[in-house]
Amino acid sequence: MSLFGQTVICGILLGGMYALIAIGMTLIMGVMKIINLAHGALVMVGMYITYVCYKSWGLDPYIGMLIAMPALFLIGCLIQRYMINRLVEVDSILPENQVLLTVGIMLVLTELARLIFKSDYRSVTTGYSSSTFFVGDMSISIPMTVGFFIAMAFTYLLHLFLTRTDLGRSIRATAQDRNAAIYMGVNAPRVTVITFGIGSALAAAGGSLLLPLFYLWPDIGHLFTAKAFIITILGGMGSTMGAIFGGLTLGIAESLGATYISMGYKDVVGLVIFLLVLLFLPGGFKSLTKR
Amino acid sequence: MSFFEVKNIVKNFGGLTAVNNVSFTVEKGEIFGLIGPNGSGKTTIFNLINRFYPLTSGEIYFQGQRIDGLPTHKICELGIGRTFQVVKPLRRMTVLENVMAGAFLHTGSIARARAKALEVLDFCALAHRKDVEAKSLTIADRKRLEIARALATEPKLLLLDETAAGLNPKEQEEAIAIIQKIRDAGITIIIVEHVMKVIMGISNRILAINFGREIARGTPREIANHPEVIKAYLGDAYA
Amino acid sequence: MTAKSWLTPTIIAVVALVLPFLLRDPYPQHILIMILIWATLGTAWNLLGGYAGQVSFGHAAFFGLGAYSAGLLFLHLKISTWWGMLLGPFVATAVAVPIGLICFRLRGPYFALATLALGEIFRLVFTNWVKFTHGAQGILILSTFPTKLPYYYIALAIWGLAMFTLNRLINSKLGYYFVSIREDQDAAESLGIPTTRYKMYAFLPSAFLAGLTGAFYMNYIAFIDPHVVFSLGDISVMVILVVMMGGVANPWGAPVGAAIYIALNEIFRAWLGSANVLAFGILVCLVILFLPNGVMGELGQIRRTAFRQKPAAAGGGQK
Repeated sequence: MSLFGQTVICGILLGGMYALIAIGMTLIMGVMKIINLAHGALVMVGMYITYVCYKSWGLDPYIGMLIAMPALFLIGCLIQRYMINRLVEVDSILPENQVLLTVGIMLVLTELARLIFKSDYRSVTTGYSSSTFFVGDMSISIPMTVGFFIAMAFTYLLHLFLTRTDLGRSIRATAQDRNAAIYMGVNAPRVTVITFGIGSALAAAGGSLLLPLFYLWPDIGHLFTAKAFIITILGGMGSTMGAIFGGLTLGIAESLGATYISMGYKDVVGLVIFLLVLLFLPGGFKSLTKR
Repeated sequence: MSFFEVKNIVKNFGGLTAVNNVSFTVEKGEIFGLIGPNGSGKTTIFNLINRFYPLTSGEIYFQGQRIDGLPTHKICELGIGRTFQVVKPLRRMTVLENVMAGAFLHTGSIARARAKALEVLDFCALAHRKDVEAKSLTIADRKRLEIARALATEPKLLLLDETAAGLNPKEQEEAIAIIQKIRDAGITIIIVEHVMKVIMGISNRILAINFGREIARGTPREIANHPEVIKAYLGDAYA
Repeated sequence: MTAKSWLTPTIIAVVALVLPFLLRDPYPQHILIMILIWATLGTAWNLLGGYAGQVSFGHAAFFGLGAYSAGLLFLHLKISTWWGMLLGPFVATAVAVPIGLICFRLRGPYFALATLALGEIFRLVFTNWVKFTHGAQGILILSTFPTKLPYYYIALAIWGLAMFTLNRLINSKLGYYFVSIREDQDAAESLGIPTTRYKMYAFLPSAFLAGLTGAFYMNYIAFIDPHVVFSLGDISVMVILVVMMGGVANPWGAPVGAAIYIALNEIFRAWLGSANVLAFGILVCLVILFLPNGVMGELGQIRRTAFRQKPAAAGGGQK
């Protein structure tokens, strides 16, 4: 029983951090109505920045995060301002070229990372990396717990930002109805730029929190894109609460799955779940399915 | 059996009842008007008839056959055409190609579809625009294209959704002329319209709804003088 | 058909037939064969994606199924991989039926995501089902022909079949219906077009041709593994890029795009070494932002503005 309890708690802690990454994605999808396949790559870039801070200056990942977040905010703003916002003016036969653009961005970020850091697996080992504490007879990882609570703190801050500030309200208004928001005097292009920045910063935060727990290599982004997608589709696009719910669900499912399903087919199961949710739980993405 | 009959239809969206127990019949050859304030459920009724949305409850009959439950394309095949309030031109196709897309319902031959489309474009006075891409049409021409495209499917019943909205008075006159020509060609019409002059001028009978419910029905004259209608809908304009 | 509409295809056919006698070295002939492979795969994708507007991010599944149909015939039954050219397309088509029924419930970007997931599922299954597929180890065969020439003409024939199929389909009622569905699915439905059925009519030949290309690839390259033939980046996404570069919904889009892609690929590899994927990433972004309808698409636009003046009033009243 203690093994089961430990697995579930581990899943919840992990899921909280996944949720932070997914909130970044769901925010971007909600406001821009785009599918961002570069999100995981942004997480990856954030992780590398934190990693460099650690390697070069010995900064703890939780401190390095404070450098990675503004850096990614800037990168996100630039991507939105100079690439995605430009796409609106392009008269293309296939609106799906937007998805392909994010694939291009993903390729550029991943390959830049490969050029600089090679394909080697890297990791950050801190004094607390493998330390644990006990609840009853269940041993629980400290970096996971710390990461979970920081992730929840960020989520709460974001919630305050979205509900209490003018800018936050503009973001929500644009997500609900872009045209109506424009009529109400919202500067929609600027809002989208800031939203992409915030989403990217949250991705960086999630990545930094997970850095003590994961190996880092340029292609790790795909992993996070997939996770963030499953969470977003599960929770419903644009919904912060949904992302938390989805994140915890995925964390627990993964944690349990690691015990019960063979490694090779684990990803297949994930993809099948993704497809099933896409087909049978269309609650969260109605706005995109009708064009 | 009536030509077309809607029986106690209800549509719920979540907790909201958009159409609440509406019934009406349409006889062959008439123009049947459907009026009501914004958001009263007119377009929803069209979307229920050609099954963009499934009914929550109720029945719809066309020429004696029950059609609710049939897929959208099947309903068109049976002879119910429609236009859209928010026009849906096939943007990167020319006007001619748009209408041909409708004409292909009854033929597999390009030559025959083209001939049919040209004939319909002539009928709708849109032939001079036939090689223009639909995305660069004026709003008046787009509305007319909607009608032409639906006519190309050779409907027996045509649902016209706000055909005159957004047009200037001269264009409205032209729209009325086309609608009357369609009626004279033997096609039954149900028309949803905001422009009073249009609907009052050409409808044989009118059903007025508000909040998804019937509030009045009768001839245009009866409807125009009906207190419920004046209160709910015409309000200031006719007071 | 008019005499003029036959002129271009005839010239191209003649040039294609004599080309390998002008370029006698194996290297340029290999380049030509790769262009033909991508032109065929691109044409298959263009039929579904460009014309019918159903953007598949999983066409590697059909390419890979074709390739593995050939490879597995050899592996398990010890018969020639050339039989795979017969089996592969039908396997791909058969698999496309349930996939279409599932994915065509979704629209736009969600269709794209579903096909992406399905493509990945095939890659993972063929990697992990080691007993049946040899997994990541792949399948290696001996080449049938010592020279490139026979392969070239087979590839040319397959591409010719693809072009013929595409042209027959798009110059018929189906072509009009495909484009109608792409432009507005709701309008298409209400014009009496059974949209799901017609999407299938675009999808099945598309999968057939992709499977055929895959089976030929097995025979030509003589080695496959799941990460190559089911690749998301190198097949599924690349085929979209090829068509986008060449021209979406243009019959010459795929061949032109394939020629550009293979040429750039060789140049990037030679000049940039390991940075060639980075260069492609940048290229993807530039193409989408500045050449959204491809070389052929923009060419048509340029020609139209130059030669056919739009009616003066047509510009007014745009939304």
